[in-house]
Amino acid sequence: MEITLTHYLVLSTILFAIGLIGVMRRKNLLMLFFATEILLNATNIAFAAISYYIGDLSGQMFAFFIIAIAASEVAIGLGLLIVWYKRTGKIDLDQMNSMRG
Amino acid sequence: MFEAIAFYLFAALTIVMFTITVMTSQALYAITAMAAGMIFISAFFFILGADFLGAIQIIVYTGAVMALYAFGMMFFDTTRDVVEKRTNPQIVFVLGILAAVMVVAIFVAPIVSNNIQALYPIQEGVGNSQAVGMVLFTKYLVPFELAAVMLLVAMIGGIILAGKKMDKSLTLMAEEEITTMDDSFEPQAGGH
Amino acid sequence: MELYLYIALFAPLVGSLYASLFGGSPKSQHVGIVASGLLFTSFVSSALLLSYVMGGHTVHVELMTWMETGDLYIPFGFVVDQVSVVMMMVVTIVSTVVHIYSIGYMDHDKGFNRFFSWLSAFVFSMMVLVMSDNFAGLFIGWEGVGLCSWGLIGFWYQKESATWAANEAFIMNRIADLGMLIGIFLIYWNTGSLQYDVVFSEIGNLPLVVTTWIGIFLFIGAMGKSAQFPLHTWLADAMEGPTPVSALIHAATMVTAGVYLVVRANPIYDLIPNVGIFIASLGAFVALFAASMALVNRDMKRIIAYSTLSQLGYMFVAAGLGAYWVALFHLMAHAFFKALLFLGAGNVMHAMHDELDPFKMGGLRKVMKGTFIMMTLASVALAGIYPFAGFFSKDLILEVGFVEHHYVIYTVLLLTAGLTAFYSFRLVALIFHGEERYKLFGIHPHEAYKFMLVAMSPLLLLAIIAGSFKMTYYQLVTSLLPDTQYHVHGEMTYWIMTIGTQLFVIAAIVFAYKKYSNWNSVPDGSSKLENSFGYKLLSNQYYIPKFYEEVFSKPYLELSRIAWKQFDLKIVDATVDSIANAIYKTGENTRDIQNGNLSTMLRWMVIGLVVLVSLALAFTVGYNAVGA
Repeated sequence: MEITLTHYLVLSTILFAIGLIGVMRRKNLLMLFFATEILLNATNIAFAAISYYIGDLSGQMFAFFIIAIAASEVAIGLGLLIVWYKRTGKIDLDQMNSMRG
Repeated sequence: MFEAIAFYLFAALTIVMFTITVMTSQALYAITAMAAGMIFISAFFFILGADFLGAIQIIVYTGAVMALYAFGMMFFDTTRDVVEKRTNPQIVFVLGILAAVMVVAIFVAPIVSNNIQALYPIQEGVGNSQAVGMVLFTKYLVPFELAAVMLLVAMIGGIILAGKKMDKSLTLMAEEEITTMDDSFEPQAGGH
Repeated sequence: MELYLYIALFAPLVGSLYASLFGGSPKSQHVGIVASGLLFTSFVSSALLLSYVMGGHTVHVELMTWMETGDLYIPFGFVVDQVSVVMMMVVTIVSTVVHIYSIGYMDHDKGFNRFFSWLSAFVFSMMVLVMSDNFAGLFIGWEGVGLCSWGLIGFWYQKESATWAANEAFIMNRIADLGMLIGIFLIYWNTGSLQYDVVFSEIGNLPLVVTTWIGIFLFIGAMGKSAQFPLHTWLADAMEGPTPVSALIHAATMVTAGVYLVVRANPIYDLIPNVGIFIASLGAFVALFAASMALVNRDMKRIIAYSTLSQLGYMFVAAGLGAYWVALFHLMAHAFFKALLFLGAGNVMHAMHDELDPFKMGGLRKVMKGTFIMMTLASVALAGIYPFAGFFSKDLILEVGFVEHHYVIYTVLLLTAGLTAFYSFRLVALIFHGEERYKLFGIHPHEAYKFMLVAMSPLLLLAIIAGSFKMTYYQLVTSLLPDTQYHVHGEMTYWIMTIGTQLFVIAAIVFAYKKYSNWNSVPDGSSKLENSFGYKLLSNQYYIPKFYEEVFSKPYLELSRIAWKQFDLKIVDATVDSIANAIYKTGENTRDIQNGNLSTMLRWMVIGLVVLVSLALAFTVGYNAVGA
């Protein structure tokens, strides 16, 4: 039973869907970050698989940069989260409504 | 055969772990499941021959990112159940799946139709780490350096944001408040 | 000579623009003086052009190209030939007099400057009308005079009746102008040009049916402008305007534009004698019809207006029977004495504080000697007594009818001549003779300013002596118009006819004097005569305005109301409202997007992503399907 690119892409799609569902249903900011990590990982799998089946290293390069971005995002995001928590004592998304029009 | 078994096994494990991450109401379960999911993902990278990427995945994600999250969680009350608003969960599921399918379809369409030429082909007889290094430090040198700077900026940003005095927002305060704050806090800051 | 042409044409425009500069400011004497001065300049230029044209030359200039697309070429071309120079003289003389007169007449009016602006603009339009060398330019002038007439009838726009009359005049003219426009289109369609000379040389080659239709449609335009039946009602109502306007526009110049058109288009009408007979018959009918309405009317200005209508009928009889030069001659003579009559009526109105009912006047000759003399002489001229202007022109028309063997028309015109004499002198007798009935109303009449009377004197002079120009005029215009001499066979018949007519007219005058010069009471509508059917029919203008009101205006109002209620409110407004409501509702319903809740925003973001990506997919698939 041959594992083809399609298998990986289907897996990637499933993980991406899980991530998106998480993004949409989570109210806790920390949990939201987790969901975004899942999104990034789903794309990483797709990049690596395509890289492998096409025989091109560019896919892996992109995956590297995505990991770098994810790391930066976590650093800044968590910093902001801590500031917000110190100010309000909550990290609930529904309470962040200072952008209400 | 071995490859297939490995793929299906890890695929199932990853999906289960990430589902737990998204669905659980316990923050601790979520972070643990995610750390596990990250490690399982690295297995795919090894299967796909991207050894270096797999190693990075384990070190950066499971090591650094998850550690950061774990530290972050110490600030928050993690024992409490995470309350989620559950309005129309169907819509969320349908939308999520739809969007995922479409995004993948649109990006994969050109690849499937086989009209892409390999720019940096994987060379025979060269280890993955070596090949990655070659490409990374030649063709992708500038993005690499930029990524390094970005990480540095993110690090400093994280430190400053999470550091002291940050319970006050300078941008949200009036001019006078800032000046009075400076007076009262200056000696303290000097003390450090 | 071109220079004089341009001066004659554009001096009134300059005057109008100058006056309009001060349109919003209170009365300034210099506006009237400048406008009148420029009009006089125009008159002098016209006179110079007249002397030039009398030498056998014509002036033809092309100011600039107006339209040039494909085969269509219409220039702003102007021509001064034997016909247009006569019209120019009439227009400039009468308008100069009226301008000067208006300085006095409008002395106390708030809209003094505005008045001169409109009045000079009118003269400019009229000059364009008569001087244009093509039908398009004529039409511009035609519309221009219509517009200025609208502005001047409704000059006292605060008066409901004045605005109503202005609109009526404008709308009636519009109906007729449509006919004229169709005529012009037909001309262009069939001859490929609108230049008079090209059209008239081509017109003979066209099928008779086409020529007939062209003639009919052009005459419909003329009917509107010259207020011929059934489009005549606006002229009497147009008397709501200031009296100098009535003198200039609704007696001397604009209303004669229809006659001018028929005269100008004489090569067309020569080919279609049947239409000509119709025009003549209609003219004769209108002459009698209008004169009969003037018999009983109790509004001084309306009586003169009906008399104008009647005289226009005479002109159309002449034009319709092919005696174009006679029509133009009567037009000229009529312009002088009718303008004089109107200006005299203006003096009387001033004196009587805008009282118009001649039954409330009487005995005014003692206080208004100058006006009395002028109006009497003008009425004599109108009645056609030898040797005044009216005699030469009107008698000539009667002769034309007789010589052309249209005895019915001749009889009608003869009868009308008697009626004309009767109502003219009924008016004169009621105003200037008899008891001073105005004392009952506590009015103290006074004579108009001296300079107004002086300004009127050229018209008086012309009303008296215009007849003596007949031969000069005849030699001048017959170089362009068909030279048709009308000689009654047999000297005996001629003398009997002339003297008979004179006696008939004089009898009518005497009768009018007898009946009215000793009038001593103001009729209150109770006498037997006033209750008779005939009187009522006439004083209600044959119930034609009422008929129009019932048959056209009211159903139209009803129709408009239905359109407003059913169509406008329920369909147009509802559509517009529903569009606005839809947008409003959309905004209301999509407020959630902007509620500041990050979670909702994320959800919307995903929805947007789905929509965009599916669009991209759809286009890709569609493109590939087509490409394949």
